[in-house]
Amino acid sequence: MSQKINLKLKVWRQKNTSSSGNFETYKVTTDTDASFLEMLDVVNEELIVSGKEPIAFDHDCREGICGMCGAVVNGQPHGPQRKTTLCQLHMRKFKDGDSIVLEPFRARAMPVVKDLVVDRSAFDRVVQAGGYVSVKTGGVPDANAIAISKENSDLAMDAAQCIGCSACVAACPNASAMLFVSAKVSHLALLPQGQPERHSRAKQMVMQMDKEGFGNCSNEYECEAACPKGISVSNIARMNRDYLKAGLS
Amino acid sequence: MALDAKIPSGPIAEKWSKHKFEMKLVNPANKRKYNIIVVGTGLAGASAAASLGELGYNVKAFCFQDSPRRAHSIAAQGGINAAKNYANDGDSIHRLFYDTVKGGDYRAREANVHRLAEVSCNIIDQCVAQGVPFAREYGGLLDNRSFGGAQVSRTFYARGQTGQQLLLGAYSALMKETAKGTVKMFPRREMLDLVVIDDKARGIIVRNLITGELERHEADAVLLATGGYGNVFYLSTNAIGSNVTAAWRAHKKGAFFANPCYTQIHPTCIPVHGDYQSKLTLMSESLRNDGRVWVPKKKGDTRAPKDIPESEREYYLENRYPSFGNLVPRDIASRNAKSVCDDGLGVGSTQMAVYLDFADAIKRLGRDSIEEKYGNLFEMYERITGEDPYATPMMIYPAVHYTMGGLWVDYNLQSTIPGMFVLGEANFSDHGANRLGASALMQGLADGYFVIPYTLGNYLATNKLEKVTTEHPEFVAAEAAQKEKIEKLLSIKGTRTVDSFHRELGMVMWDKCGMARTEEGLKEALVRIPQIRDEFWKNVTVTGSEGEFNQVLERAGRVADFLEFAETMVTDALNRKESCGGHFREESQTEEGEAKRDDENFCHVNAWEYQGVGMTPILHKEALSFENVPLTQRSYK
Repeated sequence: MSQKINLKLKVWRQKNTSSSGNFETYKVTTDTDASFLEMLDVVNEELIVSGKEPIAFDHDCREGICGMCGAVVNGQPHGPQRKTTLCQLHMRKFKDGDSIVLEPFRARAMPVVKDLVVDRSAFDRVVQAGGYVSVKTGGVPDANAIAISKENSDLAMDAAQCIGCSACVAACPNASAMLFVSAKVSHLALLPQGQPERHSRAKQMVMQMDKEGFGNCSNEYECEAACPKGISVSNIARMNRDYLKAGLS
Repeated sequence: MALDAKIPSGPIAEKWSKHKFEMKLVNPANKRKYNIIVVGTGLAGASAAASLGELGYNVKAFCFQDSPRRAHSIAAQGGINAAKNYANDGDSIHRLFYDTVKGGDYRAREANVHRLAEVSCNIIDQCVAQGVPFAREYGGLLDNRSFGGAQVSRTFYARGQTGQQLLLGAYSALMKETAKGTVKMFPRREMLDLVVIDDKARGIIVRNLITGELERHEADAVLLATGGYGNVFYLSTNAIGSNVTAAWRAHKKGAFFANPCYTQIHPTCIPVHGDYQSKLTLMSESLRNDGRVWVPKKKGDTRAPKDIPESEREYYLENRYPSFGNLVPRDIASRNAKSVCDDGLGVGSTQMAVYLDFADAIKRLGRDSIEEKYGNLFEMYERITGEDPYATPMMIYPAVHYTMGGLWVDYNLQSTIPGMFVLGEANFSDHGANRLGASALMQGLADGYFVIPYTLGNYLATNKLEKVTTEHPEFVAAEAAQKEKIEKLLSIKGTRTVDSFHRELGMVMWDKCGMARTEEGLKEALVRIPQIRDEFWKNVTVTGSEGEFNQVLERAGRVADFLEFAETMVTDALNRKESCGGHFREESQTEEGEAKRDDENFCHVNAWEYQGVGMTPILHKEALSFENVPLTQRSYK
């Protein structure tokens, strides 16, 4: 059953990319059936009515699929519940009297835009480097012309589920984007349609990732733990193999 | 102005082929000389921008999100229809066409629907070539399922994330073209106005949401793929940012708005639970393939569902519609849920919910099988409600989900403003008064991949377009008007939040213009909406300033437009005195309480011409003729 709980929030406030930020403290009473973002809505409505600027945060679908929302909650990207985006985290996971520290996803390659909003355009540029199959509209074979084993198709789907939220980057001590990049590389590497460009894709995407200023992987597995879609680190191993092969050929 | 749908002559199955041949082409070397603007990057916008870039046009694509991959198409769960007949169960282009016209309750344009069915097969081929990981059988070929009231298995799916995978496919094509330089992407931009010069669409004004700057962009044609207006109800399954602004502002510049009253209320959503609620969450209707819908037979029965014996349960869909059972179309499933709850049989704390029960399916197929089909949906349900649907039935209730109405377009997807084309949910043309499940993804991609690349070329090749610059007085005036509007919003400094107005509007719309509508209620809404709008412009508070990232200001602009649009929507609902599809007028029902069409008086499209804020728009009618699917009363008994 739902109940009311009282929380103390410490929230990162930063006016824009070039200004320095600081933590502000807010008190909120929330219903345990509310989602985390609905709790923030309540805080914001109170701030607006008192003439203060609300906390800026990115969000859109609020059903865990668009990848727009995300913040670090008490040190954990998207908060304490496994395989759950911030919008799907509900306040029943917290207790009356809890303190919550809320920060943006931090990485050099993803500067803060305002408060909890960060600039993830680097992800788009990494995909532009090769995260596609170079086919044009029209003139493609019948969808059933190539049989694909269910096993590979399922593995490809596991990787393709990535929502591009960047929690993996925020969780990594090196701010590496390897889980994100490898999810796209693996999705296409596991399918026959992805084979012609398989190795060049891995190489180009990794090069762009480096250029954006994301760090390298040191096998901490924090990314997998933070991923709201449960993307496996085994994708990183697959990408590394393809990247090496690209270097040898 | 007479509406000309420009439907090609000839037999229905040959119209599109004939038209494709008759349309003029743009010389390959000349395509790069044309600037095309695409607003919105969901399935329709991303597929259009990518396809036009491939053809060699110079494309600029805009979205308000931080990346084109976020567009709300991503949230579609169930699947995409195509007349492949891989299942060997009697499907064909004609059957998909027939089902869509009938499902739309005979309020769609036959020629458009047939074209949609024709290109449906190409869409699946295209997506597979891009690497979309559709579900497969053990033999390695594509799996199909039956979906949302269809009697054939024609739905392709990627677990419960079909929209996501299709959008990521279109997005990858868009990124491919962005890398090549044929498409320039402008994320975090919101379209605030359409610029019309010499009666043709020649550009847009956008606000850069990061810096707050207003920007002018000129083009030879403008494509709107900006989605639906379901958020006029405040609570809907739409993303929070989904809005009517681009469509509405184009309407104010002369584009007619067609059938705005046609809204789809989806039967299987998680019920409303608190006054802080910001959105409603859909549970894919594929769940109705295995779930059984029921309520207790006794009013006010507060026993736990497991304690209610079979004999005291009312499986109302199975009983009332024996041949379709739990798989009746969405409008019928929704209205029946409302009627049992109105009769006091609803369950849950608000008694505005019905059970969707998987106990029989789990017994028959095993938990593993159910988990494989619906695992992610069950997890989502548990995260939101805190209840385990493997152990206890889900509780569901209808919620606003999709809008069949939209900007009026002809067969070429061109609006009443030459040079402005409208794609996907933002236009009105293919779903009539009710959209069938798994058809939205089909239409978005059909418009973007396979229709607009042809019809846009014809427009460019047959119209002489003078060169315009963004210094043209129309651009200057349009930008100045937007600046003034923004300054006005910031200057009110009242006492109420933007969201409080949006909620108030949403309540009026849900009560008076929701699942059931009456003349009396709609007239009340026409009194209430202008009152709310007046108070908004006197008493709203918008914090921050214009020259910065300002989410309150963004929402204020969108809600201001909903407050104008709502009146047109209600006017349309009041005008259409018949019931059809998702539009249910209580005055027009059969003895059994089903929607009763009035073909004699309402077999037409309502297209509204803007006259000013608070003024009654002028009604234009496009007559619909049904030559291939004879008009009959829908029956799913």
